[in-house]
Amino acid sequence: MNAAIHDVEFAYGDGGFRLRIPELAVASGEKVAFVGPSGSGKTTLLRLLAGVHVPDRGSVETGGARLDRLSDAERRAFRIRRVGFVFQDFELIDYLNVRENILLPCRINPALRPDADARKSAETLAESLGLADKLRRRVDQLSQGERQRVAIARALLPKPEMILADEPTGNLDPANKRRIVEILFDRAASSQATLVVVTHDHSLLDGFDRVVDFERFREGAPA
Amino acid sequence: MKQHFFLAWRYVAFHKGKTTILVACVSLTLFLPLFLSRMISGFEERLMARAEATPLVIGAKGSRFDLALHALHFRGRTPDLLSMRDHREIRETGLAMAVPLFSRFSARGYSIAGTTLDYFTQRKLTVARGETLSMLGDCVLGANVARELKLGPGDHLLSDPKNVFDIAGDYPLRMRVTGVLATSESPDDNAVFVDLKTAWVIEGIGHGHKDMEKAPDRNVVLERSDTNVVANAALPQFMEITSENSASFHFHAEPEDLPITATLAWPNDEKSRALLLGRFNTGHGDTQILVSTEVVGEMLGLVFKVKRFFDANFALFAVSTGLFLALTILLSLRLRRREMQTLFQLGCSRGTVFWLQAAELAIVLAISLCVAAALTATVGASGDWMIHRLM
Repeated sequence: MNAAIHDVEFAYGDGGFRLRIPELAVASGEKVAFVGPSGSGKTTLLRLLAGVHVPDRGSVETGGARLDRLSDAERRAFRIRRVGFVFQDFELIDYLNVRENILLPCRINPALRPDADARKSAETLAESLGLADKLRRRVDQLSQGERQRVAIARALLPKPEMILADEPTGNLDPANKRRIVEILFDRAASSQATLVVVTHDHSLLDGFDRVVDFERFREGAPA
Repeated sequence: MKQHFFLAWRYVAFHKGKTTILVACVSLTLFLPLFLSRMISGFEERLMARAEATPLVIGAKGSRFDLALHALHFRGRTPDLLSMRDHREIRETGLAMAVPLFSRFSARGYSIAGTTLDYFTQRKLTVARGETLSMLGDCVLGANVARELKLGPGDHLLSDPKNVFDIAGDYPLRMRVTGVLATSESPDDNAVFVDLKTAWVIEGIGHGHKDMEKAPDRNVVLERSDTNVVANAALPQFMEITSENSASFHFHAEPEDLPITATLAWPNDEKSRALLLGRFNTGHGDTQILVSTEVVGEMLGLVFKVKRFFDANFALFAVSTGLFLALTILLSLRLRRREMQTLFQLGCSRGTVFWLQAAELAIVLAISLCVAAALTATVGASGDWMIHRLM
């Protein structure tokens, strides 16, 4: 799934941060890394690409859909079906076990169902990510690396066309960092999904098709 | 909706402490008014049943509530006394079955009711074990008294001294238990029944002692004449009435002047009732006649006024619990903001977030309802017993 951003401006309600992106494109199946210091708008851009936020100005087109023109419900439906999110702090639900966390998208979205197929997919994903024997474990009993793998499995369950990973290795040790990136590459390749990873860790940039430095989108920076 | 309840259940099951506190608050809010309502209706039922079973009470003028409570339930302040003369007057009208009652003492905390065998007939009380009263000094125990004191026929029971510091006062009487009444679910279960004369002996009006002609100690004799022997207070009195000494028991009063606390009357018919009421309501000396149901109705009126106060209290309690719940949910939402944000990013709608919260609340309320129902059922099972004990 490709994405194209044109002349986008976005500011949070408090007015403290303003993101301006004149032009940005991500090709289908591409592996792109967004790098830049904290507060440069990387996460905001991910949310714009996923339709969590709507730009104040300009257009965001992801997978052929003009997200800035869709209603809340339509953007949500888009997100459920076509985008998988991986977060820095994993954002797993502490009162659910590993299997239930992986199946969470099916439980909160009426469009998906935690039926036998979904459960089978969850088990297959868990197995491929080395979590097969931990499906009944509480997530607070897992290591950091295992938690992030659960978060990846959760993001991949709906078979997204685009994986958006926000600092997915931010809380991991070096060995796990590389492993998580490799898993993301592998998953994206096997499902032919576009991969967009936000990171400020330059040691992880090997293997990406393209690296976009957010310094250039900062206010006052040369275009 | 099933998925909402699944996630909500997982949440409440995981946060056991929070859930327990919420459930306890809501359960108590639901249970307390139910409990009070049940207890009061139980009281009302029992008080009214007793009042209906005892149509009229005649006693000395004074507090109507004291007289009714004392005559029907052997509770409260002892009313002023009537005499057997008053009782005879009532009986001789022929308008009602009149049963005298003299209840001023207790035995190990249980009221001693001095009466006649007619009392058992009128109350339809039957002896479950042993025999009924047959001689002076006998007593028959109410079912609860026998159970609590673990006494039965052949055992003995000592009356409580009225004033332990009054060395010249009434001596406790060692009574012989001849029988135990069948449970009647009434105040009779908590009373010790004796013959009127035995009650007068406990009162100190009657006593038995050794023949003064054969007095072992000459110092107790104050004066001796051909017809009389006067002894001082040091003359030992019997504390137990036996077949050997029962003949020596006598009363130092005219039979007509012997005291009673009330006369219970069962009128022959409506007309007799009206005549009795008319006769005793129109200035009959120092006596008053009570229609038990009216007095009990008035007492219950007071109880219901107090209940209304409690109801208002419970309403405020419910409001504060509701506010506490609302506060808990709001704070919980704030604490779970990141979780909600994650759910939202994963495609969850705001409506789903709302329904998740609603499902959690519904689960807490459902558990609370079950707990309150279980508590009420438990109280219901033991409620009759509690009411019986309280009365």
